[in-house]
Amino acid sequence: MTFETSEPAAPAADQPVVPVAPPPSPSVPATGAAVGRPPTSEVPLVEVEGLVKYYPIMGGFLRRHVGDVKAVDGVSFWVNRGEVLGLVGESGCGKSTLGKTLIQLTPPTAGLAKLDGEPIFGKKGKDLKKLRRRMQIIFQDPVGSLNPRMPISDIIGEGLLAQADAENRWGDRKVRDKRVGDYLDAVGLRRDYTRRYPHEFSGGQRQRIGIARALALSPDFLICDEPVSALDVSIQSQILNLLLDLRREFDLTYLFIAHNLSVVQYISDRVGVMYLGKLVELAEVEELYRRPRHPYSVALLSAVPDANPRVRKKRLVLTGDVPSPAAPPSGCHFHTRCWLYEQLGQPEVCTTADPEFRDIGDGHLVACHWAEKVPTAVVASAVPTAEVTTDTVAMPAAGIPAAPPIDAGPPTEEATASGT
Amino acid sequence: MTGSILPVDDDVATRSAGRPLLEVRDLRTYFHVMDGVVRAVDGISFSIMAGETLGIVGESGCGKSVTSLSIMRLLDMPPAEIPSGEILFEGRDLLTMPDEEMRKVRGNDIAMIFQEPMTSLNPVFTVGDQIAEAVILHQGLSKKAAWDKAIESLKAVGINNPERRVKQYPHELSGGMRQRVMIAMALSCDPKLLIADEPTTALDVTIQAQILELIRTVQDRTGAALMLITHDLGVVAETVKDVVVMYAGRIVEEGSVEEVLLAPKHPYTEGLLGSIPSRGKRGERLNVIRGTVPNPFNMPPGCNFAPRCPYAFEPCTQADPRIGDANPPDVACWLYTATATSPTPPRVRPRLDLVEALG
Amino acid sequence: MTDQGPGADKNSNRQEVFISPTGAPMNVVQMAEGPQPQDFEVSLESLNQWQIAWRRFKRHRLAVVGTGIFGVMILLAIFGPIIWPYDRLALKPVTHSGGNPPGWMQNPRTLADPFGTDNGGRSVFILTVNGARLSMLIGIGTTVIAVTIGVVVGSFAGFFGGRIDGLLMRFVDFMLTIPFLFVILVMARFFGAGDPIVLTLIFGLLFWPGLARLVRALFLSLREQDFVQAARAVGVSDTRITFRHILPNALGPIIVSATLLVASAIVTEAFVSFLNFGLKATDLSWGNALASSQQYQIVGNWWWAFFPGMAIALTVTAINFMGDGLRDALDPRSRE
Repeated sequence: MTFETSEPAAPAADQPVVPVAPPPSPSVPATGAAVGRPPTSEVPLVEVEGLVKYYPIMGGFLRRHVGDVKAVDGVSFWVNRGEVLGLVGESGCGKSTLGKTLIQLTPPTAGLAKLDGEPIFGKKGKDLKKLRRRMQIIFQDPVGSLNPRMPISDIIGEGLLAQADAENRWGDRKVRDKRVGDYLDAVGLRRDYTRRYPHEFSGGQRQRIGIARALALSPDFLICDEPVSALDVSIQSQILNLLLDLRREFDLTYLFIAHNLSVVQYISDRVGVMYLGKLVELAEVEELYRRPRHPYSVALLSAVPDANPRVRKKRLVLTGDVPSPAAPPSGCHFHTRCWLYEQLGQPEVCTTADPEFRDIGDGHLVACHWAEKVPTAVVASAVPTAEVTTDTVAMPAAGIPAAPPIDAGPPTEEATASGT
Repeated sequence: MTGSILPVDDDVATRSAGRPLLEVRDLRTYFHVMDGVVRAVDGISFSIMAGETLGIVGESGCGKSVTSLSIMRLLDMPPAEIPSGEILFEGRDLLTMPDEEMRKVRGNDIAMIFQEPMTSLNPVFTVGDQIAEAVILHQGLSKKAAWDKAIESLKAVGINNPERRVKQYPHELSGGMRQRVMIAMALSCDPKLLIADEPTTALDVTIQAQILELIRTVQDRTGAALMLITHDLGVVAETVKDVVVMYAGRIVEEGSVEEVLLAPKHPYTEGLLGSIPSRGKRGERLNVIRGTVPNPFNMPPGCNFAPRCPYAFEPCTQADPRIGDANPPDVACWLYTATATSPTPPRVRPRLDLVEALG
Repeated sequence: MTDQGPGADKNSNRQEVFISPTGAPMNVVQMAEGPQPQDFEVSLESLNQWQIAWRRFKRHRLAVVGTGIFGVMILLAIFGPIIWPYDRLALKPVTHSGGNPPGWMQNPRTLADPFGTDNGGRSVFILTVNGARLSMLIGIGTTVIAVTIGVVVGSFAGFFGGRIDGLLMRFVDFMLTIPFLFVILVMARFFGAGDPIVLTLIFGLLFWPGLARLVRALFLSLREQDFVQAARAVGVSDTRITFRHILPNALGPIIVSATLLVASAIVTEAFVSFLNFGLKATDLSWGNALASSQQYQIVGNWWWAFFPGMAIALTVTAINFMGDGLRDALDPRSRE
């Protein structure tokens, strides 16, 4: 008896995990619940409300607080039980910080988060330790995430040892070794590898070891922080298959953080897009990839190179670089690179007002003042996954403003300079 | 290993009648390390015509980067060793060329863009200094003229306000901007061949799109040949015309991008394409290539890919298929090759059903 | 059956699905099922990091030679005085002013007085052999003290960071500004010059700040590593993280600098003794041998200074080679 029996039996494995389709609801004023969350009876497994994480910048002679890197700047979302919520964005958008804050590797600056209705933040000592059993994390770097001086058995068994109590008897070496073996099995590695060291394994195998370590505590919620980004394509698909199998087998819920849009599309039920510390769009995966309604999402989807040489799409090339999160642009953070802003003749509201993260129908959340004005024809020509609609007046694709010579906005140099 | 030098009659070379700009013949690059010898590149041949584009795809450790470093002669020897092969650039063998001449070829005739622009730029000199230095060295321009040329080439790669940028240091620029500077530097001497080694791997998708677009337009404009090394089949599909697929130091398949990506012949290429998560695959398991690239000191007998190949049969574990032996000749696989045990090859046509699978 | 292990129904799940070959002939073997005949992924032999380090170290020829010499010196320090004991009364008659030259200078066949004698007729060979013990003891003792303090202070500062870090590092800065020689001279006078234990203590107390800085830097960078974060995420305690994750990975650089500390302590002892602020003149050490020889340099008896000096030079060089080898062998980044 090595696996906890105290947990409720897993629901039948064949029960398909259907993302709860939120009923059409007028934009829900967020009070207590995350924005746009459908008023269903089911409590989501994870709820995040206004999460903020700033890193102070110390500068000057006396190392005074001169500013903040606004890594995560007021993010709200929820993850339903059994669901995979994908989170995409470019480097520096705060997606990894969000994951690390959520799992309490770094304290949040402000905000609320609940796991199963129970607050996550502010816990210490025993309570924190207990919480850690329920949520785990998988890291990006398969080399750096395993201690090179520890054999595999110790790496996976360490959490068990730390969480040992009279009930699970994980303190007992035999019980622990059995469980380590079981989880090596579960991630597709041989049981007899336990005495080997990380460097003897390939990248994909190391990532499996990292997954086994996270799973050994039987968590409900798993944060996957770019789990396949450092892997080759062929290995990447193995790990994705494994993650999907494990979700079914152990009844897991994932927050899947990645920059690769195809990967996120493949694995997620719902997808959130982040830009400069904020969620700019959140919708069901099909909805988001077919009908993106934030100009940034459109550009992001358009930028993905397709392996099919026959797909020739009208590329919507964004100009410039991501501004520094230490000095984000005023109003909508995206307006400095926004093609829609240019197309609409630079409306003033974009530079003055921070767009509300609002529901534009069917639980599709967008933070853009002009979400309804995103031309379907442009989306259809620029995004290969987009739905080709016939009902809209064909907007010439040439309507996309020609890319001016590329130069980042003023914040570029500061971005790199302040980072060091 | 028989290692015969291939007659250069493969697709890439015969497409145009002229002599290729770069012709690699049976190149082998080995590394002597503590545990033995790593055959990073093990007998590959390919060629690029002037003005053409060739992609080299493969996963990490397949030898694609070592190939480019061998061409540029940028490997430390030892531990590296090139026991055999020829690298003919405009008919001259780069491998036997005196160092002094090779230095002229590097930069002047062949330029290279690396994955991490930060490590290839000198942090203590301004961007302008570095471009100007290369121009002075290779083209013998005056200091003033070289500086003007630097500004001009920065403008050519779409950098705004180049007069200000030339005076900046690499660390003051963003990743995408640095890659642009690298490209500007590579192009400043009007090379005949541009080698780009994973030029966009370290960049975000939106920046990647910018850089790929830039590489395409620049290649078009200057008429330089392009050799693009990448692991990303999407990047290949969008950027080059011909492609070579490498696995464990060998070329396993070659052909035009359309042929290789739409009608892959080698099981490895097939597997790679099947591994890409994309639309229409949601909810299905991805087709995977099981296992990983073999340990270089623990190579399987016969075909290197056999332990991972879903179609492996007897010949695969016995002998090593070579590209050119098969029918069609642009794939190294026993499925397409007649052998004593299977006189009629199991397969003669590529898997066309994958075209649909790709969408 | 509530005890559903993860491996329970793995056959139905874990089987990889392949594109079925369309119209593939019968002799195509489907290898999707069943265990692989051989795993080509993992390396053939299982070695831990230390075993790998040892293999790398062995290839560093100078380091191996250095270790050999250092080993011989240690053996000499332990057993030398037993085999060739120092007898203060065993004096050779002095035939030359300032001491007899080595025996082989007169007669190449003789083994008598291979290093010559000093002005009082004491064999320089016996002096050198017996001096090894104190010199080595001071070198190693200093290192033990400095490493202990340095590691404790450095790991406290690095692990806790913030205010503790600030305080400890300001103290380290202060320690580093103290004029080293001055303190040794004052303390040696104050605590009674000549006591080897006091000297070792003083050295130890002065040598640790550099190490503390190193350890702190290592802790700061290791603390942010993913494997440490992962350990925190599963609930491992700070103490255990320090001892199981951070320290073992910091050990390499610590060992390297500890090795080099031994060398610098030996040199410092010689240097201080040479200035007559070190050991008592009656204690035998390499430094003392050098010190007492200096007034006779003029009369040309080079051997009195040469052999103890060579012992120091040889030991220090050997240790430095050893340190070089260790540095290469223990660096996790050198993946050759």
